[in-house]
Amino acid sequence: METLLQQIINGLVVGSVYALIALGYTMVYGILGLINFAHGDILMVGALVALQVISFLQEHFPTMSPVLMLLIGLVVAALACMILGYVIERTAYRRLRNAPRLAPLITAIGVSFLLQTLAMIIWGRNYHNFPQLISTAPLQPVEGVFITPVQIIILISSALLMGGLILLVNKTRLGRAMRATAENHKVASLMGVDTNRIISTTFIIGSGLAAVAGVMFSSNYGVAHYAMGFTPGIKAFTAAVLGGIGNLGGAMLGGVVLGLVESIGAGYLGTATDLCNLPHWLQWASLTQTCSNGGSFELLSSNYQDIFAFVILGIVLIFRPTGLLGERVSDRA
Amino acid sequence: MNKTLIAFGVFACCAGMAQAQEAVVKIGHVGPLTGNIAHMGKDNENGARLAIEEYNAKGVTIGGKKVKLELVGEDDAADPKTGNIVAQRLVDAGVKGVVGHLNSGTTIPASRIYNQAGIPMISPSSTNVTLTQQGFPYIFRTMANDAQQGSVIGKFAATKLGKKVAIIDDRTSYGQGLADEIDKGVKGNGGQVTSREFTNNQATDFMAILTKIKSQNPDVIVYSGMDAQGGPMLKQIKQLGIKAKFVTGDGGCTPEFIRLAGDAANETTYCTQAGLPVSQLADKTFKARFVKRFGVDIQNYAPYSYDAAAALIEAMKAAGSSEPAKYLPALKKIHFKGVTGDVAFDDKGDTKYGAITVYGYKAGAWEPIKP
Amino acid sequence: MNELVEAIPWLGHRHPKAARSLITCLMLLAPMIALLFGNTWVRILDFALLYVMLALGLNLVVGFAGLLDLGYIAFYAVGAYTWAFLASPHFGLHLPFYLVLPLGAAFAACAGIILGFPVLRLRGDYLAIVTLGFGEIVRIFMNNLNYPVNITNGPQGINMLDSMNLFGWDISHAVQITDTFRINPLVSFYYLFLLFVVGSVIVIRRLQISRIGRGWAAIRDDELAAKAIGINTRNMKLLAFSLGATFGGVSGGLFGSFQGFVSPESFSLMESIAILTMVVFGGMGNIGGVIIGAVALSLLPEVLRGIALPVQQQLFGKVILDPEVLRMLLLSLAMILMMQFRPAGLIPANARYSRPELARAGKGAQS
Repeated sequence: METLLQQIINGLVVGSVYALIALGYTMVYGILGLINFAHGDILMVGALVALQVISFLQEHFPTMSPVLMLLIGLVVAALACMILGYVIERTAYRRLRNAPRLAPLITAIGVSFLLQTLAMIIWGRNYHNFPQLISTAPLQPVEGVFITPVQIIILISSALLMGGLILLVNKTRLGRAMRATAENHKVASLMGVDTNRIISTTFIIGSGLAAVAGVMFSSNYGVAHYAMGFTPGIKAFTAAVLGGIGNLGGAMLGGVVLGLVESIGAGYLGTATDLCNLPHWLQWASLTQTCSNGGSFELLSSNYQDIFAFVILGIVLIFRPTGLLGERVSDRA
Repeated sequence: MNKTLIAFGVFACCAGMAQAQEAVVKIGHVGPLTGNIAHMGKDNENGARLAIEEYNAKGVTIGGKKVKLELVGEDDAADPKTGNIVAQRLVDAGVKGVVGHLNSGTTIPASRIYNQAGIPMISPSSTNVTLTQQGFPYIFRTMANDAQQGSVIGKFAATKLGKKVAIIDDRTSYGQGLADEIDKGVKGNGGQVTSREFTNNQATDFMAILTKIKSQNPDVIVYSGMDAQGGPMLKQIKQLGIKAKFVTGDGGCTPEFIRLAGDAANETTYCTQAGLPVSQLADKTFKARFVKRFGVDIQNYAPYSYDAAAALIEAMKAAGSSEPAKYLPALKKIHFKGVTGDVAFDDKGDTKYGAITVYGYKAGAWEPIKP
Repeated sequence: MNELVEAIPWLGHRHPKAARSLITCLMLLAPMIALLFGNTWVRILDFALLYVMLALGLNLVVGFAGLLDLGYIAFYAVGAYTWAFLASPHFGLHLPFYLVLPLGAAFAACAGIILGFPVLRLRGDYLAIVTLGFGEIVRIFMNNLNYPVNITNGPQGINMLDSMNLFGWDISHAVQITDTFRINPLVSFYYLFLLFVVGSVIVIRRLQISRIGRGWAAIRDDELAAKAIGINTRNMKLLAFSLGATFGGVSGGLFGSFQGFVSPESFSLMESIAILTMVVFGGMGNIGGVIIGAVALSLLPEVLRGIALPVQQQLFGKVILDPEVLRMLLLSLAMILMMQFRPAGLIPANARYSRPELARAGKGAQS
């Protein structure tokens, strides 16, 4: 039982990071219809900038409180990523807004690899130790189940950020303009919405969220690396599709569901596909032999952890292209 | 016009004289000089370079003629495709023997090219078992292979640390190959493998597989993969409150591992490394000579690279020829005292005197221990 | 061929015939010229030809039918592994090439259809990400199918693949003509690959101007309209996927026979992206452009190695950017800048069957 509970906690932590990244994807997709492949790499830039700032602070102001250090690092990283997001939108995506649909997508892939390469040049290829300023000493809320303070903070702060974003989009003037732009650019601009500004703002908010996600990611695992953003980026996109792309609530739900599926899947897939669990009359001779003295014959195991996201993506797109909560159709491109 | 002519004449004359004096024998070295593990590639190249310089200084006579040895260094960027191209380049350059490559992933495909060209290749650091099982007569190595290392890890874990062992590997050619050997080693020494779990060489999150491992309550967790995953994995082991001891192979036997693991590394953290620690080398002055020549410390495999180059040269001397086909039989039978100790190859081309050292974590560094 | 001819700056327009023979000579003599610089360059040319085939196949899907496929390398992998299964000591099978190669192509085509069916309804971005996932799934399965039953030998890869045996002549052995003169196996491989490339070009060229090719162009330009004029878009798209995959499968088989060793790490996402860049760089939908793009970008790392390293040594006294890093940098910049300033590629496609709207969009964006 505690194993399952532990897996759920693992899944929730990973899932809430996915959810934060997915929000950025879904916002940009909702408004521009563009998969911003580079979004995951903005997360990486955020983590590495924060690392740089924190190391600087640790060197020059060793007496500063660690929480303050982390906050300063976070703010600087978020600002840097917001600027980066704005610059990318302005230079790479804006002029392609009316181009055929392959062009922006290929550009986005190019931007993603460019960011990775530049990060590799600036920060090197090695894994960096990310200072864990919030304690990672495990707490035991239930006997045998462990959670660290960092993980608690990740869960709480991503919930708060997501709530804040939903309020922003649904209750403010800016949010209304964003929704209008997503619905229809031309009409929105006829209604007096400065769509260019709204699109830039969307990129800025999304990049800021990615930076926060990056700092959380690195604080939790204690490492930062130039290629760390790509895989979470792809998985977060899957989460966004799973929830229904363009739908903020859906992105969060999708992130959490994906996190849970990955962690429970990796934990139980092996046991579930272990042919040794077959009733005895179904087992062939050599299998019985393998299974004796505690052996196992697992068809699939944790080595397939990384394909869950893709399999889910495929299934969702085939059977329910609108996602769990979405209203849009998949043909919007 | 006249001047150029004279200059040309002088040049030609000098070149001619140099040729008359001594023949040049080229020996190739390949390792990654760019990329992730460039420092290790450079270390290997330095080892081979030192061997060649020292032999040159002493003077080498092959078949009654004085020869000058020359190192042709190439970079394979630890990439199989580049490795093949570079191997071809060495063959083109007419090298008489090759020291390299560094990692098994590039060595195995490249070995085919050397073997086809009939040029002996000695790898100082590729440990994958397959390399010498291809039946290629021209392929050797001076380093103990993964089967030896795996059986040492398996025995150490199962007999010294506890009966129940969980094995995690990173699904790379290195990690999976070693993990299979560890699996055999554990079972062969009366241990039980509670589970085999898998991750990949880009991963940062191991919580799911560690939670599963925890539910089976093993005494030891063995990770077969690189330091970049091993360090963070050890942290997460502690975060989940797992008490099991931790062992990793030579991919994690680095200062980098300790840096990444931080506080999580403690007295129950071990690693193994093929080869001897520098302090136990047979040639006690090697380290001093190496540092004096290159101004950097030995990383890992430089002594083995030195011995690989030395083996080629010794075989040429013994056979009295630098022609690969002529000195190959001598290389197969060679037995001499290298800087690492005795050097000799078995009939497959594996070293006969492969050593594996077990290290334990002690005060921020790896210390060799008696297994 | 015509597109290649037109690509030659001056000669192409003035004397198409001369340009044509120039290209033919260049193709035939390339390995001889490369030999002057050593076998290494012949090997590089061999690889370049494999990439040309891959790029041609991907161009069928991306350039002709307008379906962005980010998992194309999976078909290459299917072809290579088919060769490894059927012609290596791994299963003890040593079937001849005229069975293995078509089988590899057929398996790859099946894989193309398997991928095609579920993604038929998807367009643009969704398609891209699902194909990316497909490529990764194939790679991950190849990496892991050694447990519990060993099928692919996992990350170790499969070694000692049979070479191409043309009715008794093992092409990986040198041909001794006289005592001093022998044909290098790398050169034999070059001509073999060249034969395949020329064959592919002819087939693809025929396809492009056939009913099928025009159907693809119609789907690419406006799917709804294509449907309305009676094109069976579902079958056409499936055909594009499976035909594109076929070329991938064949070049995968050739790769296996040439390299003698296959392992999953050769089939990473980065390779898919690299091939896509070749297509984009050369000119989507244009056979000549794609060929030039593939040759240029597959020679790039070697050229960089030859030039960038010494130049940096001279200028700074040390190597600041590895050739590999430089290559990544140039590839990613090429993708971004091409889309911004020359979306139709280095050699824009012929307007008739190709992508006029890309050229227009490029001009529109600049104004």
